[in-house]
Amino acid sequence: MAKRNKKVPDVNSSSMADIAFLLLIFFLVTSSMDTDSGLARRLPPPPQDEDQLTEMKVQKRNLLTVLVNSLDQTMVGDEHYDNLRQLQGKTGKQSLKDKVKEFVINANNSENLPELFEEDFGPPIGTLRVTKDHVVSLQNDNTTSYKAYLSVQNELVKAYNELREEAAVRYFNKPYEELLKDEKDLINKVYPQRISEAEPKSYGGKK
Amino acid sequence: MGKFNKSGSREMPALNTSSLPDMIFAILFFFMVTTTMREVELMVKFKVPTASEIQKLEKKSLVTYIYMGQPVDPKFGTGTFMQLNDKFAEVEDIHDYIAQERNMLSESDQQYMTVSLKVDNDTQMRYVTEVKQALRRAYALKISYSARKEDNQ
Repeated sequence: MAKRNKKVPDVNSSSMADIAFLLLIFFLVTSSMDTDSGLARRLPPPPQDEDQLTEMKVQKRNLLTVLVNSLDQTMVGDEHYDNLRQLQGKTGKQSLKDKVKEFVINANNSENLPELFEEDFGPPIGTLRVTKDHVVSLQNDNTTSYKAYLSVQNELVKAYNELREEAAVRYFNKPYEELLKDEKDLINKVYPQRISEAEPKSYGGKK
Repeated sequence: MGKFNKSGSREMPALNTSSLPDMIFAILFFFMVTTTMREVELMVKFKVPTASEIQKLEKKSLVTYIYMGQPVDPKFGTGTFMQLNDKFAEVEDIHDYIAQERNMLSESDQQYMTVSLKVDNDTQMRYVTEVKQALRRAYALKISYSARKEDNQ
């Protein structure tokens, strides 16, 4: 009689499910956390004869050529940068970013900066004079290092991002990040990112 | 009356939950396995450059990766190699690779396919340019130069 009441008590396994759930959620979260990030670009479609013809028609004043040579030096117009610090304007030289911004805005309607066109963007921006035909052409040598190339690209993108940020604050009183999608599109239309990654050429002697 | 009172005296038997952890474990293992399935074993060493203006690539399933850098195994030397999926490849292979990856996506997603270039810092641009040209020919025009967030700035 007494023997029947003395059962071995079960281990309480009701928390096992919770532990497993915890692990499950941990894996669900961590597996998607490792997202890749990078500079998004759009390549031009493969060259066709007509395309190359229109390429030729870009006027000289609408074109800003950025050259990166085999020693990772950068040349823009008559300015020339030896390293990243100079590129970012930390040594007193006008930075590449400011140069690009000046080129894209052309505030003083200067002769050798891109043509200004009056365009109506609708409310709340209204009519603006923009350089819609400008092109920033990035050219590199065969032996340019990827690192230098990307840091120049980064500076170019930064110039556009700052312009957009300024426009967002001016017209919408909000940082660009907080704008709605069509507001962002409007700003992007004012300052379209026109960076052209040139067809490969070889500069600077050694191959 | 009496019919219903009868059940009140009996206790409701507890639902047997002993198999619940097993079920959850099964789901857990499923996720553990599937999340590692897409990862490829890297055969090239690369350290992606830093940049401050980077954007996150949102949908992982739409991203195709191209790795470039020095081979991990020293017997291949120290040149620049390109890895597609699990093996070394040549520039000519990109076209087929892109076509194959594109076919795996649904038709509506194909236009959003992004190619992420994971390229080592010290790679010479001629290799990157070749790959870019190949991508253009394959009509994979949306690309992303993979980069890390800059620490100081």
